[in-house]
Amino acid sequence: MSAWRWAGLVGALLVAALLAVSVGTISIPISEVWHALTGAGDSMPDVIVRTLRLPRVTLAIFVGAGLGMSGAALQGTMRNPLAEPYLLGVSGGAAVGAVLGSAFGLGPALLPLTAFAGAIVAVVAAFAVARAAGARGDPRVLLMAGVVVGAFANAAIMVVLANAEPNTVRNALWWMMGSVAEGTWPQIATLAIYVVTGGAALVLLGRHIDVLSLGEDAAAGLGLDVDKTIRRVFLLASLIAAATVAGAGLVGFVGLVVPHLVRAAGVRRHRSLLVGSALTGATLVVLADVLGRVLRPPAELPLGAVTALIGVPFFLVKLRRFV
Amino acid sequence: MIRFDHVRVRYPHAFVDALADVSLEAERGALTAIVGPNGSGKSTLIRALVGRLPLQQGRIAIDDVAAASIAPDALARRVAVVTQREDLAFPLLVSEYVALGRFPHLGIWHAAGERDRSAIDSSMAAAGVEQLGDRRVDALSGGEWQRVRLARALAQGGEALVLDEPTAFLDVGHEMGVFELLHGLARAGHAVLLVSHHLNLVARFADHMVLLHRGAVAAAGTPDDVMRADTLERVYEWPLVVTRDPAVGAPALVPLRTMSKEVS
Repeated sequence: MSAWRWAGLVGALLVAALLAVSVGTISIPISEVWHALTGAGDSMPDVIVRTLRLPRVTLAIFVGAGLGMSGAALQGTMRNPLAEPYLLGVSGGAAVGAVLGSAFGLGPALLPLTAFAGAIVAVVAAFAVARAAGARGDPRVLLMAGVVVGAFANAAIMVVLANAEPNTVRNALWWMMGSVAEGTWPQIATLAIYVVTGGAALVLLGRHIDVLSLGEDAAAGLGLDVDKTIRRVFLLASLIAAATVAGAGLVGFVGLVVPHLVRAAGVRRHRSLLVGSALTGATLVVLADVLGRVLRPPAELPLGAVTALIGVPFFLVKLRRFV
Repeated sequence: MIRFDHVRVRYPHAFVDALADVSLEAERGALTAIVGPNGSGKSTLIRALVGRLPLQQGRIAIDDVAAASIAPDALARRVAVVTQREDLAFPLLVSEYVALGRFPHLGIWHAAGERDRSAIDSSMAAAGVEQLGDRRVDALSGGEWQRVRLARALAQGGEALVLDEPTAFLDVGHEMGVFELLHGLARAGHAVLLVSHHLNLVARFADHMVLLHRGAVAAAGTPDDVMRADTLERVYEWPLVVTRDPAVGAPALVPLRTMSKEVS
C-alpha cells in the first residue's frame, strides 16, 4: 500500500479522535480542545476533556486496534472471512472470565488474565463442538459452534448475576453491552500493553499467516510448522481480544468488518493488513462511540449495540457469498 | 534424491493402510511419475513427504538423511511441493503469490533481497507467467493458475520438485507445455516427482514410472515395463489395450468399451 494511503488511515484516526473529544452532551470547540490538551487550565471544558473525553477516546482506540488485529489474524489463519473474536465465542468466554474475576475481587491488572483463561476455554469448546459436528473445515459450522458457545457464555454470566451483589450485576451488564465510557488510565495502560505487544507479535507472524492462508498442506510444503503457527496465532488473537473485553466489555463485529475494509483498499499481505486493521479498527470504534453519544442525547447507546448495528448487515452480505 | 523406504501409512480410524510397504526413488536428472487409480495412495505419498502424516513404518529420506530429522524450512529449501488442491481464502496478486515461494529462505526476520527477487523473476519466466504479475490469482484461468503455482514452487529454489496432478483442468496445449517444462527441469538436473492420471503423457515423458494399487507398488520401471495391458487391466479394473503412440513410439493405453451396443 502506498505511503499516501497509510497517511490517510492515520489522518482519519486523528480526525475521528479529535471529533470524539469535542462532541458529546456538552460540545467543546476544537480550539478549546487544543487549549485543554496543551494548557494547564481548569475551566469546565478543560476538566471534561482531560478526565472524561480523553481517556474515553484512548480506550476506544486500543479496543478498536485490538479487535481489528484479532479479527484479521483469525480470518487469515482459519481461511474464514467470517471469523472474528465475538462470533467465535472468544469474547463471550473472555466476558465470563472477567465477570468471575471481578466477582472474586480481582483488580483491573489481573482481569485480562482471567478473561484470557475464559477466552481459551471458549476457543477449545468451539473447536470441539465443530469437530463433533464433523465438519471442522466448513467455516459456517465453526461459526455456528462459536455462536452457541457465545450463547452459553451469556447464560453463564446470567447465572453468576443471579447470585451476585448489586455492584457486580452492574459491572456484568456493562460488560455485556460494551462501553468505553469509564476508562481509567491504569486500565487503559494495561490494555495498551496487551494490544501493542500482542499486536507486534502478530505482525511478526504476518508472513506465516500469508503462507497459512494457502491451506495447511501447501503451507507445510513451504516449510511452515502449521500446527505450531496456528496455536500461536490463536493464543495471541485470543489474548488481545480478551484484554479488550476486560477493558471495555463485549464489542462485536469490529473484528469482522475491519479486515474486509482494509482488504478492499488493496491490502493483501498480513503484515500490512494487521497494521491497517489496527488503525481502521481504532477509527471505527472511536466513531461508533461518537454515534452512540449523538444519536439519542442525552442518553448514550451502548457501544456494543452500535457496532452490532453496523456489523450485522455487513455480516449478512458476507454470509450470502457462501450460500 | 528423494527415497521412500518401506513406507507404511494409515490414517486415523482407518481399517486398512493407505500406503503399505511402498519403496521408490526420485533421482536427480530424472522425471519420475507415480500413477494409479483414484484412492491408490498417490496423494498420501506427498502428504507424508511434507510431514503431514506420521509414518507407521519405514522412512522417507532426502539424500540418505531422514526427512523427519530435517527442519521443515530446510526441507522446503531443497524440495518444493505443489499440492493437488489449493484455494486461497483471500486472493493475492500473482507476484505476491510467487514471492511466497521464498518463505523458507526468509522466516520471520529477513527482508526479501536481490537474490529473492531474481529467483522470483526467473521462475516466473521459466513457467511463462511473467506477464501475469499484476493479476489477482482469482482472475486466472485454470491453465494460468497451474503455471503460477509451478512458478511458486520453482521460486523455492530447491533441487527437487514434487507435483500432485499439475495438469488437472488443463487443455492439451497447456498440458504439453507443463510436461515439456518438467522434462526440461529434469534434464537440467532437478529431481522431478510427479503424480498424474495421464498415463499416455507420462509414458512419453517419464524416465521412471511407479504404478500404485491399493497403497502398494503394483509395477515399477521404465514406461515399457509398467505399461503392460495385463497389469493395467487388473489395476484399473477396465478392459484395455496397450499400443504404440504413432508420433514417438512410446507405449500408449487405449481403454475399450464394455457395452457391445451403443445406447441411443
